[in-house]
Amino acid sequence: MTDTSGRVTACLPIRSDMDLAWVRQHVRQAAAQLGFGLVDQTKLVTAASELARNTLVHGGGGQVESTVLETGAARGLRLAFSDQGPGIPDIERALGDGYTSGGGLGLGLGGARRLVHEFSIDSRPGEGTAVTVICWTAGAPRPREESR
Amino acid sequence: MADHQTAVHQESSAQEVGDFLRRRREQIAQRWADEALFRTVFTVSRDEAVEAGRAVVEALAAVAVAGRVEDLGAAGFATVRDQLGRMAASRARTGATSARIADEVAALRPAASELLSADLADSPRELAEECAVTLTALLGTLRLVVLETALSAGQELIDRQRLQLLEVATPVIKLWTGVVAVPLIGTLDSARSQVVMESLLDAVVSQQARFAILDITGVPTVDSLVAQHLMKTVAAARLMGAECIVSGIRPAIAQTIVHLGIDLGTVVTRASLADALAYALHRQGIAVVDQDRSGPSAR
Repeated sequence: MTDTSGRVTACLPIRSDMDLAWVRQHVRQAAAQLGFGLVDQTKLVTAASELARNTLVHGGGGQVESTVLETGAARGLRLAFSDQGPGIPDIERALGDGYTSGGGLGLGLGGARRLVHEFSIDSRPGEGTAVTVICWTAGAPRPREESR
Repeated sequence: MADHQTAVHQESSAQEVGDFLRRRREQIAQRWADEALFRTVFTVSRDEAVEAGRAVVEALAAVAVAGRVEDLGAAGFATVRDQLGRMAASRARTGATSARIADEVAALRPAASELLSADLADSPRELAEECAVTLTALLGTLRLVVLETALSAGQELIDRQRLQLLEVATPVIKLWTGVVAVPLIGTLDSARSQVVMESLLDAVVSQQARFAILDITGVPTVDSLVAQHLMKTVAAARLMGAECIVSGIRPAIAQTIVHLGIDLGTVVTRASLADALAYALHRQGIAVVDQDRSGPSAR
């Protein structure tokens, strides 16, 4: 997908509602430091909030690893959410709008995908789910990649 | 065999230290009263500091006699835990860091160990050394107890403040006859949004409001859960006959909501609280006019 030479800046646990607030704050700070505009900051923080809540509510808790990426002039932030929960049986359906298993609006996963530049999901029933998103600072326009 | 002997030694040295502490309680308390920890907490009278010192020495002696020198949960500490907590809290209030407080507790040791070595000058060297080690361990444990107490007091404070925040952060403001507003600030989690909904619906009844404005200027992140809470509040208010307006939608939030795919089409939204109030007044048939453009009351 992209180079993996970035340095991991933080690995935060996602175990409670308080942790969600902490994740949001961390992502906001990291994005601001990388020079993200206000709109991109807000988008990334919102995507992180959705995915972190998924990790907590559906995955039964897990963690997020944030990594700063640098390829040439572009700088980005990669967030890797992972849990050891029940996994997602039908990823295509889960990515579609309006599908929910937890009483929410069913916009979390699909919405988060629309808010970031790169999105990948790996889920095995019974083993857990890993969602990785990348947001790049505005600069060289990149083709949007959507890989599974 | 060797192990057994060491155990016996340790026990006897702990006993020895316990006896020493009881014997020298008054002198140690007097000396401690002049140390930073006691001096800065009990500023009013020295007697109070001495009294507190006595209680701490007595507790340490009880712990030592019980042979639980390194046990944080020893019964002896229970009696002084409250007092130590108060002392640490009062130090923390004046801006001392945990490290500073720990240092101040550590500073209590020389006063006690000097007396100990004077007392044991005629005893075998081995016993004196062991007693010194035991006393050091005992005061190390005291240091941990103080820090632990201080930290748990901090946690209690945080829990209490969280509850306070829950109530404080959701005032319902009457903007006009029949128009109420709730300025939302911070994270809108499930607990907060429940409080918001309740206080808003209460206000709709008590103020006989026909318009309720939810202002989200102070909400940094609007994700799908926050949007869902907002929509539920709007729907509940509508059931009670009030029209809800969501205001304070910043450009970044607006773009995020669109990308996220949240449909707020059924909700009246405005960019600012002023716009929302203007809308509510207009709908009630109230017009705001400049009385005199040149007058001081002109906008």
